[in-house]
Amino acid sequence: MAKRIDVSGLSAFYGAHKAIDDISMTVEPRSVTAFIGPSGCGKSTFLRTLNRMHEVTPGGRVEGKVLLDDENLYGPGVDPVSVRRTVGMVFQRPNPFPTMSIYENVAAGLRLNGTRVRKSELDAVVEKSLQGANLWKEVKDRLDKPGAGLSGGQQQRLCIARAIAVEPQVLLMDEPCSALDPISTLAIEDLIGELKERFTIVIVTHNMQQAARVSDRTAFFNLAGVGQPGRLVEIDETARIFSNPSVQATEDYISGRFG
Amino acid sequence: MDITSATASPPPAPGAGPSPARQQGRAATRAGDRVFLALSRGSGILLLVIMAAIAVFLTVRAANALSQDHGNFFTAFEWNANANPPVFGIAVLAFGTIVSSLIAMAIAVPVAIGIALFITHYAPRKLATPLSYVIDLLAAVPSIVYGLWGALFLVPHLGGLYSWFNDYLGWTGILAYHDGAARSLFTIGILLAIMILPIVTSVSREVFRQAPRMHEEAALALGATRWEVIRLSVLPFGRSGVISASMLGLGRALGETMAVATVLSPSFTISTSLLDPGGGTFAQNIASSFKESGELGKDALIASGLVLFVLTLLVNGAARMIIARRKEYSA
Repeated sequence: MAKRIDVSGLSAFYGAHKAIDDISMTVEPRSVTAFIGPSGCGKSTFLRTLNRMHEVTPGGRVEGKVLLDDENLYGPGVDPVSVRRTVGMVFQRPNPFPTMSIYENVAAGLRLNGTRVRKSELDAVVEKSLQGANLWKEVKDRLDKPGAGLSGGQQQRLCIARAIAVEPQVLLMDEPCSALDPISTLAIEDLIGELKERFTIVIVTHNMQQAARVSDRTAFFNLAGVGQPGRLVEIDETARIFSNPSVQATEDYISGRFG
Repeated sequence: MDITSATASPPPAPGAGPSPARQQGRAATRAGDRVFLALSRGSGILLLVIMAAIAVFLTVRAANALSQDHGNFFTAFEWNANANPPVFGIAVLAFGTIVSSLIAMAIAVPVAIGIALFITHYAPRKLATPLSYVIDLLAAVPSIVYGLWGALFLVPHLGGLYSWFNDYLGWTGILAYHDGAARSLFTIGILLAIMILPIVTSVSREVFRQAPRMHEEAALALGATRWEVIRLSVLPFGRSGVISASMLGLGRALGETMAVATVLSPSFTISTSLLDPGGGTFAQNIASSFKESGELGKDALIASGLVLFVLTLLVNGAARMIIARRKEYSA
């Protein structure tokens, strides 16, 4: 179910501009890894290289290797479409398909690539995914209503349900709570704690308390200056990063001395 | 519609400007405001006056013709306003106008959607920009030029295609073809399709371009192929926009005059075959018959023009309704 990610020597570019430089790290399966760092340090760009979403931006280009267990996502002949089925993603702003019902939103991924799924089977997956996203109780009586009619927090959990419905190995989350109120945020954080039993989770967050609350390991990214590429400063156990980091810059950032 | 609502708002009493502004002593700004208000309100009123003048003119002259019509205006297959007694009916014209416009829609809308999707989602930017220009250029060609091209190129070249249709699909009746020049409603439909292609394409293109990036990314992240991204996020978003674009195109096709008059060989018959020459449209009939018409004949043509006017108004109204509904959804 959950796979390990091994990144080595990864750089990403927007045209001629280098956005992140030479990043290597390991992400453990069935755990939550948080990426923190100041704006523009490339943590979101790096996250998007892990499911080959970076290259859909015009001019987006990647060098280096990302191994999912033993398979290089950037190897020759690897289809980015199948990579994205294996590595799911949840975005900063909840983005359910506005013209689809709640049910259709969750089922959207399963109906892709010409896959024919029996109705009873689809019903089961939709229920399981919504339960997995802690949303089933709230929506089970209105599955045919538009997904866009839910509250922001519910929409984000709907997006999580949609992402886990296709049974990915890894779930990437790009600041999933930054558009949500504190109560919805708490609901998502609880959910992340449950989901890590089944998936490898990587979360980008601007909220350091959130990183401390939900993650097992934390990676700190920084950039040397404006226009410079972002770098990985260090990655370690979350408890250690927040109490006794090995790099001074991390401690400065955590304690609010810059950034 | 905006103009009418602006003029409908209660106008301030002339001469007595808004008093708080006067107290602040900003005379210069206020004079400018007043001039601009007068100008814009004047333009709005002028538009209404012109519209009313046209409507009254059409109605009065049409009523005069209809009172002297000895045939049924809606069902007679004849246009003899100069005969004694005068008999004229719009059945053939209504049939020809609607059928040729529907053929044009059936051809132009899928092609326009294809071009718009290609420009916004498939073509590299280096190709997309010139292609957009070429499409817009199609709109700049005068309709008489389309007419000449249709009569001198399209008509002689379509005979072969129509014979082929006749061989394989002649049994349908609709696509039967009995030789003769291809000056038929179907040829008109093809020509009109080319003429409305630019408007349908450019409106669809703008709508597709506005499809929210976040929904495209949502589809991509689920493992959608490029076509599936379009199916999941772009087409549902653009659906009502494409419908209204088609309505705009339809409005243009219904009223097209010169190109149709140049190509069609008119007759007051309704043929079951769309490929055989004959038929007519409102606008074409007015252009072709106007010069030889007497006083009553002109009024009869005006009556047919009024029908076209109402038809176009209905189509445009429907398009506007769809656009207005779309606004609620995208809010």
